[in-house]
Amino acid sequence: MNEMTPPKTERTAALKGLGSARKRVEDARFTQGKGNYVDDIKLPGMLFGDFVRSPYAHARIKSIDAEKAKALPGVIAVLTAADLAPLKLHWMPTLAGDVQMVLADGKVLFQGQEVAFVVAENRYIAADAVELVEVDYEELPVVVDPFKAEAPDAPVLREDLAGKSEGAHGPRRHHNHIFTWEQGDRDATEKVLASADVVAEEMVYYHRTHPCPLETCGCVASMDKVNGKLTVWGTFQAPHAVRTVASLISGIAEHNIRIISPDIGGGFGNKVGVYPGYICSIVASIVTGVPVKWVEDRMENLMATAFARDYWMKGKISATKDGRITGLWCHVTADHGAFDACADPTKFPAGFFNICTGSYDIPVAYLAVDGVYTNKAPGGVAYRCSFRVTEAAYFIERMIEVLAIRLGMDSAELRAKNFIRKDQFPYHSALGWEYDSGDYHTAWDKALKAVDYEGLRREQAQRLEDFKAGKTRKLIGIGLTHFTEIVGAGPVKNCDILGLGMFDSCEIRIHPTGSAIARLGTISQGQGHATTFAQILASEIGIPADDITVEEGDTDTAPYGLGTYGSRSTPVAGAATAMAGRKIRAKAQMIAAYLLEVHDDDVEWDIDRFAVKGAPERFKTMKEIAFAAYNQAIPGIEPGLEAVSYYDPPNMTYPFGAYICVMEIDVDTGEHEIRQFYALDDCGTRINPMIIEGQVHGGATEGYAIAMGQEIAYDEMGNVKTATLMDFFLPTAWETPHYTTDFTVTPSPHHPIGAKGVGESPNVGSVPAFSNAVHDAFRAFGLTQTHMPHDHWRIWRTAHELGLHG
Amino acid sequence: MGKMHIKLTVNGKPVELLAEPRELLIHVLREELSITGPHIGCETTHCGACTVDMDGRSVKSCTVFAAQADGANVTTIEGLGTPDGLHVLQTMFKEHHGLQCGFCTPGMITRAYRFLQENPDPTEEEVRFGMSGNLCRCTGYQNIVKAILAAAAELNAVKEAAQ
Repeated sequence: MNEMTPPKTERTAALKGLGSARKRVEDARFTQGKGNYVDDIKLPGMLFGDFVRSPYAHARIKSIDAEKAKALPGVIAVLTAADLAPLKLHWMPTLAGDVQMVLADGKVLFQGQEVAFVVAENRYIAADAVELVEVDYEELPVVVDPFKAEAPDAPVLREDLAGKSEGAHGPRRHHNHIFTWEQGDRDATEKVLASADVVAEEMVYYHRTHPCPLETCGCVASMDKVNGKLTVWGTFQAPHAVRTVASLISGIAEHNIRIISPDIGGGFGNKVGVYPGYICSIVASIVTGVPVKWVEDRMENLMATAFARDYWMKGKISATKDGRITGLWCHVTADHGAFDACADPTKFPAGFFNICTGSYDIPVAYLAVDGVYTNKAPGGVAYRCSFRVTEAAYFIERMIEVLAIRLGMDSAELRAKNFIRKDQFPYHSALGWEYDSGDYHTAWDKALKAVDYEGLRREQAQRLEDFKAGKTRKLIGIGLTHFTEIVGAGPVKNCDILGLGMFDSCEIRIHPTGSAIARLGTISQGQGHATTFAQILASEIGIPADDITVEEGDTDTAPYGLGTYGSRSTPVAGAATAMAGRKIRAKAQMIAAYLLEVHDDDVEWDIDRFAVKGAPERFKTMKEIAFAAYNQAIPGIEPGLEAVSYYDPPNMTYPFGAYICVMEIDVDTGEHEIRQFYALDDCGTRINPMIIEGQVHGGATEGYAIAMGQEIAYDEMGNVKTATLMDFFLPTAWETPHYTTDFTVTPSPHHPIGAKGVGESPNVGSVPAFSNAVHDAFRAFGLTQTHMPHDHWRIWRTAHELGLHG
Repeated sequence: MGKMHIKLTVNGKPVELLAEPRELLIHVLREELSITGPHIGCETTHCGACTVDMDGRSVKSCTVFAAQADGANVTTIEGLGTPDGLHVLQTMFKEHHGLQCGFCTPGMITRAYRFLQENPDPTEEEVRFGMSGNLCRCTGYQNIVKAILAAAAELNAVKEAAQ
């Protein structure tokens, strides 16, 4: 039919499908200042909400007097718990099966807690009015140390739980105890430890930190009383879940609620949670009949919404004399703050922390996690991490180093000796997971070779000699990590949040002229979904990615899905996209066969067309098929070319990687210099190498911040010491290291295109790499464990304690 | 609170407005003038998302009173290029994947615009130092630096060709 058919390579390239370093379609608007973020939304008559927050970490509220505030011109309303109580909205369910105060009900439990919500004509008046609300507090004893929270005489934090010995995750043994979660075989593990050649034991602390996206959390709630419709624009990483939860707790029918996530200025887990600001804005809009905007400031963001980590991990690891790991034991004391608002699938109160056997073939293991309440902000979100995988990876990668010290072994060799071998996949871990695929030895060897590991160790040894001879004051640390992630939650059979199954979705409409729109249940926060999901589809249906619009975030138009976090977009929604594409292709095949006057089975797919088998010159392109689908009467086939897929993954995916950090440390100032950072990632099939590389740079920079200085710190009174960007470390271009990226490709056997997800790997993998480098620099002086963040002062103190200051 | 009469030029256009003495330039830009390219990330001058160009200097408009901008010439991201005539920085940020969520991007590009006039032929180290008042949480800066160096090279090539 067409003698001018371009060669296959040209047609494939024109699609910009899988593997193409396609430039991002999002960038046109962002580079021209035309993004549309929540705070950019301006509606007629819109009011502004602002919070009165508690200055105390633990106090009883004796009275709230809002009269002066209400008298201020421009103030429309001041809401307190007493106003929300008749609506039963003064408390709300958390994602972890607990409840949380929306506005302080009788007492406050952390500094920065929401006490009253002021609604005013503009943000300046609202801020003035906040100052005029008089709250009379009676201070109560404060608990900031999770180990003291369970003392017999510890203050009772959650009076609302008095007498409740059963929580959402089983028995509670103390008034500040939330749950105990046990995995693995305790008896067998303790038996192995008792008779092992070598047992290394250590307390590993992953400190409290915060995702701190550059855009804070916020929303605009608009109740249209004429139509009875509530529309909420907000910084939501899971808009559909927000709609269902909003319906369940407000009583507004779900079809009358429309949730829209517009452009989101970074999420990193911070925007998974449901916050009092959202509830108060909705109530305020219902009360006032006009739209209400609430956007938190940076101090509020760091003090009150969604911390991450805060795990005290006590570990024991056993091995034979020659370094074969025989068992792993772990107990975690998890500081959850005042309310258990962890964003984890319901059955996993400690998330996927039971991936803590890492990349290693450990025959027996036991894990117990105890969650406790303290007078700190609630949260426990996965900061660029799949539900506590980051903590797990840090724990095992520290324990490997500690074991290597005990054995007097090189830790690279110890790792290689214990990796799960390629032929062991699918691999069943001692703590209950089925790893889908991996080739750790290949990745590890490639990484060691790339950095000239042997050469680095020689240089390090020479430097040590020079240091001891007084020729230098700088040490070299080589930080190794081999991490395994578990992402893509998840199979509905064991993964839900608040009862909502964690599938995801894609709906595709092919237009008559052969372009398309795809809508997904996820929502990009910088990951570039509009670019990459179009690429998946381009390869599936033969329509160029440039001709495919991808839309997310509007619950009135997008199919239902559980959103974007835990690196689940590519494993789950990406799979749904491929599957929906295949449905399109199946129908297209029938149409093509009809048009070509052959049997369905006599045509075959060829990049962007169906061609008659054995006669490739007879074909119909997707463009021709699309036009016919709408405009030609085809017997037995209904018009149109659309498909939807709801994808429930059969398993998680298990991306992995090998990261190596080379660091110079000045023992007199505690300053560090990252000389080299090498990151090898295996995320299965690679959709867009440019975007993967960008994700690795960004995630590793977050890891750098966490390992080297970033923390949410409290004093003993429960005051947050790190509530501005002056104290909370976000690295600038100046401090941030340069990264070398690399990859291997081990596809996921169960994902339709073999992709595993990558967004969070660099945060998971880089933190132990940076931290191990610090530890490694001091290994020769007897250091086994010191806690993050490794800021200059702490490194200086380590050097001092090791007697290196003479 | 009494309002002040303020006249300034924004992206080449003369603007007159009334603002309270305490009102910040970022709020006037975003809320009065609907110029929403510059963003608010911290309100304490750390993050640089609100960076605009004022009388030939980069300023963080979250800590400039609107009254201080009286008589000033202010340029925001919206004034740097047009959809049909992008500034080379806008092109290079896309070309080198120098942005992800886009929230820091307007401030970042506006700062880079001034930086390249302060130092038209910078080294990588100078770019990193010159841009250190603008935070990005997504990119790790590596591609931002690359984009700015590429823009510098392009601008210099154009300048040379013109001479």
